[in-house]
Amino acid sequence: MSHATLSPKRSSLRGATLPKWFAWAVAAGSLVLGYGISAAAGLHSDIQWALIAAILFVVGSYAVSAKVEGARQAKDRTATSLVWVAFILAVIPLASLIWETVKRGVKVLDGYFLTHSMGVVADSEPGGGIYHAILGTLEQVGLATLISVPIGVLTAIYLVEYGRGKLAKAVTFFVDVMTGIPSIVAGLFILSLWVLILKMGPSGFAGSMALSILMIPVVVRSTEEMLKLVPNELREASLALGVPKWRTILKVVLPTSLGGITTGVMLAIARITGETAPVLLLVWVTNFINTNPFQDPQASLPMYIYLQYANSGGSGAAYDRAWAAALTLIAFIMILNLVARGIARWKAPKTGR
Amino acid sequence: MDITTQKPAAPPAPGPAAPQDKRAARGATRPGDRIFLGLSRGSGIFVLVLMAAIAAFLTYRASIAISKDEANFFTSFEWNPAGSPPEFGIAVLAFGTVVSSVIAMVIAVPISVGIALFITHYAPRRLGGAIGYVIDLLAAVPSIVYGLWGALVLVPNMDGLFSWLDEYFGWTGILEWNGGAPRSLFTIGILLALMILPIITNVSREVFRQVPRMHEEAALALGATRWEVIRMSVLPFGRSGVISASMLGLGRALGETMAVAMVLSPSFDISASLLDPGGGTFAQNIASKFNEATVMGQDALIASGMVLFVITLLVNGAARLIIARRKEYSGANA
Repeated sequence: MSHATLSPKRSSLRGATLPKWFAWAVAAGSLVLGYGISAAAGLHSDIQWALIAAILFVVGSYAVSAKVEGARQAKDRTATSLVWVAFILAVIPLASLIWETVKRGVKVLDGYFLTHSMGVVADSEPGGGIYHAILGTLEQVGLATLISVPIGVLTAIYLVEYGRGKLAKAVTFFVDVMTGIPSIVAGLFILSLWVLILKMGPSGFAGSMALSILMIPVVVRSTEEMLKLVPNELREASLALGVPKWRTILKVVLPTSLGGITTGVMLAIARITGETAPVLLLVWVTNFINTNPFQDPQASLPMYIYLQYANSGGSGAAYDRAWAAALTLIAFIMILNLVARGIARWKAPKTGR
Repeated sequence: MDITTQKPAAPPAPGPAAPQDKRAARGATRPGDRIFLGLSRGSGIFVLVLMAAIAAFLTYRASIAISKDEANFFTSFEWNPAGSPPEFGIAVLAFGTVVSSVIAMVIAVPISVGIALFITHYAPRRLGGAIGYVIDLLAAVPSIVYGLWGALVLVPNMDGLFSWLDEYFGWTGILEWNGGAPRSLFTIGILLALMILPIITNVSREVFRQVPRMHEEAALALGATRWEVIRMSVLPFGRSGVISASMLGLGRALGETMAVAMVLSPSFDISASLLDPGGGTFAQNIASKFNEATVMGQDALIASGMVLFVITLLVNGAARLIIARRKEYSGANA
């Protein structure tokens, strides 16, 4: 406010500026106006009046600012308001996603739901649970992790510590390409190799192989990033003491970046836990408990959700179970994420900053 | 090797030879080093072999299917691989995949860049950090949950938007709506946009955060407004990063399976209007048709998956080339 009283006299150095509450005022004004216009025009969708309000906000703040502050400031304001609008546009549906999942998921989510299978429950009836699906997901993801972590970490070590020349370039390129392989294509590859050519039946392990194709590039990339962060001075100090390179990597480089690597691996696990497409092709799904991941179809949380959605015939009980399983899946993934980030913070190299 | 055996006690003298060659030569003499190098190089090679195997096996099974296909594989609107003669083509799938991904990109890329800028440059520091955290978590929400939400929450809420689009833009023919359930390619595009938003935002945010502070402060010192700082220092620096982020998102949109399979009501024809239900995508078609497919049907699905694989390869390869070319003069990899 002190600026406002001073500015008329010192206008030679400072251009006129709009007060801080200006943006909020325009936002509130355009919300009211947007709602009014759509009410007058008989529009009844929330999306429409929100869009109208957003457009009013951007145009309004540009017009006023161009008049008072000049074209450059007006452009700046337009950018600011566009960025805010983009943020709000994206947050609403994403918030709705989380909100709906939690709201509809807690209905049937309890101890019984977590510890019982669907063995004797028809899809349209209430009751039953996801025990068999949790078991299957844990086994499939665990196997995939066992396959991908060694390969991924070693590949990253090769790229950062040894890799020069054509081979390293090719590996870097194809790891990047592999990151973009759609999960269904990974599933089709294992299908063609494992099922159609080797004549193996559906099993949790077949799914794990497809999942590890998706997991390896993620592990490689995150580990690579972490290894690159290790200061070269550490390596040089160790090498200068006569420590062989492999021991330098194992005892100096890896421990320094362990927190980051763990985080990367856990994030990769979180990513593949929700993969449905390869599981649909390779593991199928069952309503019964199958503890053996090497034989016969197994249930998994994503396929359970799909099955409850697709086979329910619109029954409320099945939808409830689907939401509850979705909530469980999201909770599992979020916990993995949070723990991973906790480890990253806890193990982060202590820098001066 | 010769150098180290000749002068065992003394450290290698700085000579004209490249130091890297010397280190590599010395490393190879120790058995531990050799084993470790072998293991890690072997993993690298395994990745290459894996990629080659994916291409080889998909091509093999796809060629079996295509050789039996009586219709034109690229232009036919049929999908009847179990019939006699088997007839199937990917025209509808290619159209649906491209259209839904394009819609998703058009919506998601600007919004994601906006959110990334919001987090790094506009929001108060605390708020920005919290939002970044939430977006990180959202990137981990599996597609099946997006599918469930899309089918049970988004679809019932699309009626209003569809009738509005039909009323004002229906004359274009592209946005004409005949009142069918809004399980159309347009809805899929919106859902895909939501799904790839967190990924594009995350990567862009990381890139924007790495912009050298000096660049920004120099621009500010010259009297630039915040938008001018962004346009002059942040966006040029982050361009290749944003492109690669978008390509990541595009790859995910192209190959998205379950969410599309749960929301779209598929059919094997191409409708001029994006709002009409029908159409299909490669991945969705594989998931929906797999259950009732015979071995011939599975091979046909693999053939369509092969096309998807090639498309994603091209997209990713193009992204890599763009980034590699930009890197040379952006100074980002100094």
